[in-house]
Amino acid sequence: MSRTTLDLWVGFFVAVGLGALLFLALKVGNLASTSSGETYPIYAKFDNIGGLKVRGAVKSAGVVVGRVTEIRFDPEAYLGVVTIQVDARYKFPRDTFATINTSGLLGEQYIGLEVGGDTAMLKGGDTIKKTQSAVVLEKLISQFMFNKAAEDDGGKK
Amino acid sequence: MDNGLTRVLRQLGAQFNSRIWRLGFASRFFLAMLLHSGTSLRRLHLTIREIYFTGVLSLIIILVSGLFVGMVLGLQGYDTLARYGSTEALGVLVALSLVRELGPVVAALLFASRAGSAITAEIGMMKATEQLSAMEMMAVDPIARVVAPRFWGGVISMPLLAALFSAMGVFGGYLIGVQLIGVDEGSFWAQMQASVDFRQDVLNGVIKSFVFGIIVSWVAVFEGYDAVPTAEGVSGATTRTVVTSSLAILAADFILTAFMFTGT
Repeated sequence: MSRTTLDLWVGFFVAVGLGALLFLALKVGNLASTSSGETYPIYAKFDNIGGLKVRGAVKSAGVVVGRVTEIRFDPEAYLGVVTIQVDARYKFPRDTFATINTSGLLGEQYIGLEVGGDTAMLKGGDTIKKTQSAVVLEKLISQFMFNKAAEDDGGKK
Repeated sequence: MDNGLTRVLRQLGAQFNSRIWRLGFASRFFLAMLLHSGTSLRRLHLTIREIYFTGVLSLIIILVSGLFVGMVLGLQGYDTLARYGSTEALGVLVALSLVRELGPVVAALLFASRAGSAITAEIGMMKATEQLSAMEMMAVDPIARVVAPRFWGGVISMPLLAALFSAMGVFGGYLIGVQLIGVDEGSFWAQMQASVDFRQDVLNGVIKSFVFGIIVSWVAVFEGYDAVPTAEGVSGATTRTVVTSSLAILAADFILTAFMFTGT
């Protein structure tokens, strides 16, 4: 086989291989959606973070605006501290409300940002004051059952 | 003195010593190969020729296997996910299992049996027919001229082949899941993109296949270079290449997985 045909085949092979890598990165992975641009950190303290994980999504109005980058425990306040990297293109008011939501019944948990009305914006390193913890399904069920039992007692009297 | 027990112990010790010695020899061989890699990079057509023989000629088996592995994942994954009513997660299941594990590992196993054995047989035959000695007589270093290009050809080909395997597998899963069974196309791709992280999953898979490429190529060129220069010796070396590199791939995969995919 002559050298030019060999080069052609190898070039074809390398191009197809790199194409497959690109396909994995853009179509299968999330390289296209993760903006490589600037981010700024925001902290949020929760009573209970539930099943939230590092790399979890941060959404506002259902649109991904950032990622959870760190979760640790505050040993003095006994709270879970979540570090969020928010896309620098987006600014949020100081009184933004952070909740931990679940996508679907069994889906992944993510942080939802509900925008407040403050004119001052959150800066990098700020902490979100108002948060709502993850919903623990067992607690909901037991609350519901206790309420039901209390109602039944009231009915008998 | 020379009773049964000491004989058994002596045999055990001799076995152990020869294994250790061989491992040391293989490591020194690896270092020598790295030191003599300059030629294979300077005379690039030597390496390109090996990429053709190890990479391009392995394309068919890699692509077809990838397609079928992906299609089987689609069928089996759908069957299991249907029990939990979450068939939309089929894309996640297919993509994650391919990109993280099956792509690098199965591609490396196929590569070891398709290309690794060929490298061993070729170098072993060169040794048996005294071509390597002839090169030394002409002051051509056989490690620089024969061994290093084959090693680098394998190392370069392996990640590309693994990526092709994974991509083909995802395509096979799409064919079965979306086109045949009728999982919603939008959620198939959207959930996949939401769950597969580029750095954590795709890049770690590439690193894995790169490490496997080094392992397979190293074992293949070493077994060929170390082969007993007879027809029987070459056949034994070829067998050892496939067995040793397959076991080494699986062991390395376990170690790499333990480091890469825990703690998050």
